[in-house]
Amino acid sequence: MSLTAADVNKIAYLARLGIDTQDTESYTKDLSGMLELVAQMSTVNTDNVAPMAHPLDQSQRLRPDQVSESNQREDFQRIAPQVEDNLYLVPKVIE
Amino acid sequence: MHTKTIAQLAQGLHTGDFSSVELTQAYLQRIQQYQSLNSFISITGAQALAAAEQADLAIAQGKAGPLTGVPIAHKDIFCTQGIKTSCGSKMLDNFIAPYNATVVEKFTAAGLVSLGKLNMDEFAMGSSNETSFYGNVQNPWAENTVPGGSSGGSAVAVAARLIPGATGTDTGGSIRQPAALCGITGLKPTYGRVSRYGMIAYASSLDQGGPMTQTAEDAALMLQVMAGFDPKDSTSVEHEVPDYNADLNNSLQGLKIGLPKEFFDAALNSDMATTIEAAINEYKKMGASVVEVSMPNLKLAIPAYYVIAPAECSANLSRMDGVRFGHRCSNPADLNDLYIRSRAEGFGTEVKRRILVGTYALSEGYYDAYYIKAQKIRRLISDDFNKALQEVDVIMGPVTPTPAFGIGEKTNDPIEMYLADIYTIAINLAGLPAMSIPAGFINKKPVGLQIIGNYFAEAKLLNVAHQYQQVTDWHQQTPHGFE
Repeated sequence: MSLTAADVNKIAYLARLGIDTQDTESYTKDLSGMLELVAQMSTVNTDNVAPMAHPLDQSQRLRPDQVSESNQREDFQRIAPQVEDNLYLVPKVIE
Repeated sequence: MHTKTIAQLAQGLHTGDFSSVELTQAYLQRIQQYQSLNSFISITGAQALAAAEQADLAIAQGKAGPLTGVPIAHKDIFCTQGIKTSCGSKMLDNFIAPYNATVVEKFTAAGLVSLGKLNMDEFAMGSSNETSFYGNVQNPWAENTVPGGSSGGSAVAVAARLIPGATGTDTGGSIRQPAALCGITGLKPTYGRVSRYGMIAYASSLDQGGPMTQTAEDAALMLQVMAGFDPKDSTSVEHEVPDYNADLNNSLQGLKIGLPKEFFDAALNSDMATTIEAAINEYKKMGASVVEVSMPNLKLAIPAYYVIAPAECSANLSRMDGVRFGHRCSNPADLNDLYIRSRAEGFGTEVKRRILVGTYALSEGYYDAYYIKAQKIRRLISDDFNKALQEVDVIMGPVTPTPAFGIGEKTNDPIEMYLADIYTIAINLAGLPAMSIPAGFINKKPVGLQIIGNYFAEAKLLNVAHQYQQVTDWHQQTPHGFE
């Protein structure tokens, strides 16, 4: 499985991850190498195998719908890059 | 004092041979003295001394637990309230955790004294500690060699006797491989045994925290504190925590050891094979018997891992977006620019590679071919182990194909670095517990023996490891210059 530079740029956009133009070639090479490694999976037939999500095949636990946490907004916002009036600030989204 | 084990230190604290403050000061001084190893990202001396004073008070008042006052340090992946928790990344270089990981809470509640936060590969992605934003960590056994990773700082700090024990995490070998390359004891528990709450997630279906120590006895003492169900971790398993020290001295007469033939094929370096065989002979002398077992799907472990781990990391690391915490780029033009540049600046190359592969594997039209396929392979690998473990008590083999490699030796070829994890990754896919214990040296570099057990058989592994440490002294050896 070989990727092109255009593929890598598209994946990078999906991941919202900037890649320097001069690094695109090396990422294309490394990612193609990783996909080649991964392609070895196709050497075995898995038609009748159930996918394994949890090693002990445990399903997600449910809990009663009760409030168990206190509001810690101040603690959490203290480490935010930019806040105002208890809100996280980002560049304007709606014109 | 610094060569003492956790068990010996706990004893000395209780009999009053030294105080926790004295211990803490002595270790802090050693950490300063050997700062060039770069094993610590943060040293929290003031907090440590305050905690040590509390510990001494508890001991004086007869309120102490078995490990009260013993110094340790945490891998910088565990959130520590009010203390920088970087995960080895520029992305979190400014992140002061607002809460404690459950593991950190448990150690604090048990009275242990944390001296700081340990260096690691960025977001635990690496096998050499070379992906850390904070630089390489020096293996104290051989100049210019890597300590392994991702828990490289933890392994080096214990090997150089800067701390008696450390926490680590293991997603594909990140406790066992650095433990092997640095000549210490490391235990990756059963998936779900130790809480992942507050342990910054890499690949959530594989990540597991565990102890890194000089001896199996110490690993048992630390695991006793760490293990247990946590309602805050949705994959935590409700399973009784046994007394891990109770079985340490059981005889190994009649122990059945399985040796996977795929672990000992041509790919294994011959010196390595000789060293591992010598360790297994020690077990035979103790009354163990050996049978060959087979793991026909082992060769698919690395391919499956490099779908599952990147896929899960691409989802987990999407929270690092420059909005609520962590690095934010300057003067973002719009929201997309904020995301794209914050992440471009905050993440290193290896993390980016894995996010990209994971994003690709999870993108529309590829999910079944990659992620579901890998989860099916995961089942096949798990079945191989389960089948073998019906016939034998433990499985043994190498931890790594070679001893510590040189700094920079594998950084240009990521695939070559991945392939070095062949003996450890399959165990994470199966979710089984496994240990690495010191088993000898090749050219003065430590070699680890891997012991793999059944689900929740940590007590058995610790017993098997402890008995070996009663008849060998590899684990007591200290690198030259650190005695």
